[in-house]
Amino acid sequence: MARRAKLVAQGVAIGLVALLFVLLAWSLATDEGGDLAAASARGERPLAPDFTLERLDEEGELTLSSLRGRSVVLNVWASWCLPCKEEAPFLEQVWRESKDDGLVVVGLDAKDFRRDARRFVERYGLTFPIVFDGPGDTLGGYGVTGFPETFVLDRQGRVLETFVGAVNSDEDRARLRAAVRRALET
Amino acid sequence: MTRLAAGIGLLCSLVAASPTSAADPPNAADLEAELVCPVCETTLDQSNAPVAERMKLFIRERIAAGDSEQEIKDALVSELGPGVLATPEKSGFGLLAWLLPVVLLGVGAVVVALLLRTWSRRRAVASPEPELDPELERRVDEELARFEG
Repeated sequence: MARRAKLVAQGVAIGLVALLFVLLAWSLATDEGGDLAAASARGERPLAPDFTLERLDEEGELTLSSLRGRSVVLNVWASWCLPCKEEAPFLEQVWRESKDDGLVVVGLDAKDFRRDARRFVERYGLTFPIVFDGPGDTLGGYGVTGFPETFVLDRQGRVLETFVGAVNSDEDRARLRAAVRRALET
Repeated sequence: MTRLAAGIGLLCSLVAASPTSAADPPNAADLEAELVCPVCETTLDQSNAPVAERMKLFIRERIAAGDSEQEIKDALVSELGPGVLATPEKSGFGLLAWLLPVVLLGVGAVVVALLLRTWSRRRAVASPEPELDPELERRVDEELARFEG
């Protein structure tokens, strides 16, 4: 009886440790984010994680992969983020300039209130599609660590260029325009 | 009997006048301690991040509008997700976080009790009470007889 109880206790302990290892391995295997910026800086073109999110500019949802065949500028922002306010008019300008060439600018509003986001969109006259991710569940996949961040995707949905922080300086704006041109050529 | 009725009446009036009565408006400071800033991941009362300040304002607006504590929490979860709750919900998947520690403690207690029982039995079998030396037993009997006599 004593031996059996000891064996059971040992089995339970080993089982728990094994379970923790399995969970750790699963977490590492499914962690797809965190290095998109680094990968694109190395010249790689990682596939942008897909998402389906509620739209704020109109009814319904938007799935990123439904935009395959078009180039995408994905801008992650929030209404409470000051640099986001500064770059918003430039993103609208890029959208207006290149939408007929096959570019879609998508605003991904995260960790925010819907009402505030709609007010922001109205205030800055944004006419490109806006999706809402209040909990910020998509951010991990993109490795977003702050607001704003912008990703330029080619027509196959691969990340060509990443901008951490606002696209405010002349240099950043020129880099974004160049990335958009490359994305449209792919 | 009259005293008992008066006592019950007094108790009821005290409960009705209790500061934690459901009819009272929720307390903003309490809510700020129970909700988490989604950016800095500390409770709102510890954070001055822009989104935390916005959440504090939202809480005050909803209190002024007459919402209950649960309605305010539900509204924040609907906007920013369940991660804003400092403690997991007591329903659905969140219930697991409440039950699992209790279940694990129970399982641990049973395992420890079983082990203690088997170890104590083994000790009883392994070390039976030693028999008294006959010479010593005789002396003890003599001493006892002398003492009682």
